[in-house]
Amino acid sequence: MSKGELRDVTLVEAVNMALHWEMQHDENVVVLGEDIATNGGVFRATVGLKEKFGFKRVMDTPLAETLIAGTSVGMATQGLKPVAEFQFMGFIYAGIEQIVSHAARMRNRTRGRLHCPIVYRAPFGGGIHAPEHHSESTEALFAHIPGLRVVIPSSPQRAYGLLLAAIRNPDPVIFLEPKRIYRAVTQSVENNGEALPLDTCFTLREGDDVTLITWGASVTETLQAADKLSHQGVTCEVIDVATISPLDRETLLCSVAKTGRAVIVHEACRNGGVGAEIAASIAESAFLDLQAPVVRVTGYDTVMPYYRNEAAYLPQVEDIVEAVEQVIAL
Amino acid sequence: MRERHEFHVDSARYLDDHGKPMDDLPALAGDTGRVLAAYRNMVLTRTFDAKVIALQRTGKCGTYPSVLGHEVIGTAIGQSMAKTDVFVPYYRDQAAHMLRGVGLREMLLYWGGDERGSANWKNCPEDLPISVPIATQCCHAVGVASAMRIRGEERAVVCCVGDGGTSKGDFLESINLAGAWHLPVVFVAINNHWAISTPRSLQTGAETIAQKAISAGLPGHMVDGNDYFAISEALDTALERARGGKGATLIEAVTYRLGDHTTADDATRYRTAEDLKRAWGKDGIKRLQNWLHDNDLWDAAKEKALQADSKATVEQAVEDYLAIEAEPPTAMVDYLFETLPPALQTQRERIVSKYRGGES
Repeated sequence: MSKGELRDVTLVEAVNMALHWEMQHDENVVVLGEDIATNGGVFRATVGLKEKFGFKRVMDTPLAETLIAGTSVGMATQGLKPVAEFQFMGFIYAGIEQIVSHAARMRNRTRGRLHCPIVYRAPFGGGIHAPEHHSESTEALFAHIPGLRVVIPSSPQRAYGLLLAAIRNPDPVIFLEPKRIYRAVTQSVENNGEALPLDTCFTLREGDDVTLITWGASVTETLQAADKLSHQGVTCEVIDVATISPLDRETLLCSVAKTGRAVIVHEACRNGGVGAEIAASIAESAFLDLQAPVVRVTGYDTVMPYYRNEAAYLPQVEDIVEAVEQVIAL
Repeated sequence: MRERHEFHVDSARYLDDHGKPMDDLPALAGDTGRVLAAYRNMVLTRTFDAKVIALQRTGKCGTYPSVLGHEVIGTAIGQSMAKTDVFVPYYRDQAAHMLRGVGLREMLLYWGGDERGSANWKNCPEDLPISVPIATQCCHAVGVASAMRIRGEERAVVCCVGDGGTSKGDFLESINLAGAWHLPVVFVAINNHWAISTPRSLQTGAETIAQKAISAGLPGHMVDGNDYFAISEALDTALERARGGKGATLIEAVTYRLGDHTTADDATRYRTAEDLKRAWGKDGIKRLQNWLHDNDLWDAAKEKALQADSKATVEQAVEDYLAIEAEPPTAMVDYLFETLPPALQTQRERIVSKYRGGES
């Protein structure tokens, strides 16, 4: 492993560090989005890039999400590696046609003649008392689309390593950053350009009694629940899925084969969520290992409430503990 | 009240409906080789078009959008572009594809339900494939042009969009960016008067599509899209401007969709025979043929030979196309990602076992 500067950084600072590293080492990497150059992004994820790499590679775009998604496709066909920022996931929808109908399909429909090494970044999820349309978790929309990778970091180290991997990946990646934990903790990250693997779950904590499967900001509450449960003598295996599509089923199924129980935790609403795909995979391939039904702890099947009620919507530690107690009892 | 800005939209045309010059022709008319090559490409395009429709009617090709009435514009685009420029088409640009070096066989493969139709474009490997979702290609065009600008290249992009497409945000957002960033791109809004059944008059309250350029800070010009000299001159000028770093242009090329929207459409449901007859009277191919005749560059014998040549070229392409077997079913997953993720490997194995030997 190459030696790099060791820094205590937040998740959003790790994003910034990865962008700096990759722009420095690959001249084809360009960054574009609303307010990302001079202002450094509304969350400051792109701060300092314009000063270092100039306006040609760090582009403030007009306020037009369809354009941001689509112009990245054109750039990518020319061999650039655009990292496009959507200011909030709630505004990504205008770009969906471009992402689904072009970025995700270009390699397939040209049989590899052209391809789209694009990273579409967006802060997502609730918990920061943001206005309407700023707190949704709609990752399942993208997980359903063939040709896309959907990657969600849940710590500064994984934000750094996974973003590097996403930019280097020759295919499009939706990179969703859980903004609730943008600045929640700092972690020591070595700025050495080392990527982490995509399409791979991360086992954050080993245990024998139940597998807790989660991603994004919910990793925080899930780890806290595991901690709490350990005092009751229940050992939880905690898995951060990280790449929610394509899924690393093997890691999930191996863990469930060991524990015999699975609780899936996600912030997004339940109906048609990625938790359903994971639960179905467990039912299909690990049914005989199960000692209890798979349980999901999720947001409700409703519109994300305004922030006075967002805590009531988001899965809490006690919800996870309760779900585990329920499956352990069986 | 003080006037901040006033605008006008110019409209270019050199030949009347019968091919008689109405004005001094641009210099390019003196390039006999270019004009004759253009005429040949227009005839080949029309011959190809009729054949593909016949193939569709006999179950040998899928739904297909006829290029009838667009041959002059596409030909002019194909000629004006340099090999190193990048073409970002919509789905009725057959004439331009031919001059870019896309094989007739490839176009048949595409409309005949085979992804390989957009694959083997060795003469124009950077050109984007046909874009079906309306106007979405406009955003790609400004992306390609941005890449050229970032790298300081003296190249340009030509992007086609229909009159219906100019109603979409993709088009408006793209011309807006082209203006804001001074991008080397030429938008050709091909106004054929119909978006399936919706007439041009219902697309916008603006008198011309060309004037939308002004809102984006670009020059906008209207040209007669059935006048080879007018459209070629406009394209040459716009491309030179773009390659020289002077920014983008919007050209509204006015023509008429002489066929149905696609082979799945029946235009008699929404437009009159008189309308269509009037449009045929302005046909750009006939106009150029007349001009060539009048200038002793063409005669009946040459026409007969060209028709025979075009037919033979098309027949050969059809034969080649029909001889190509479908890809094995595994191809449907093999090009999705550079490397097949394990999650898809299992599904691929299922395809292999279901269709034994069906691996790509």
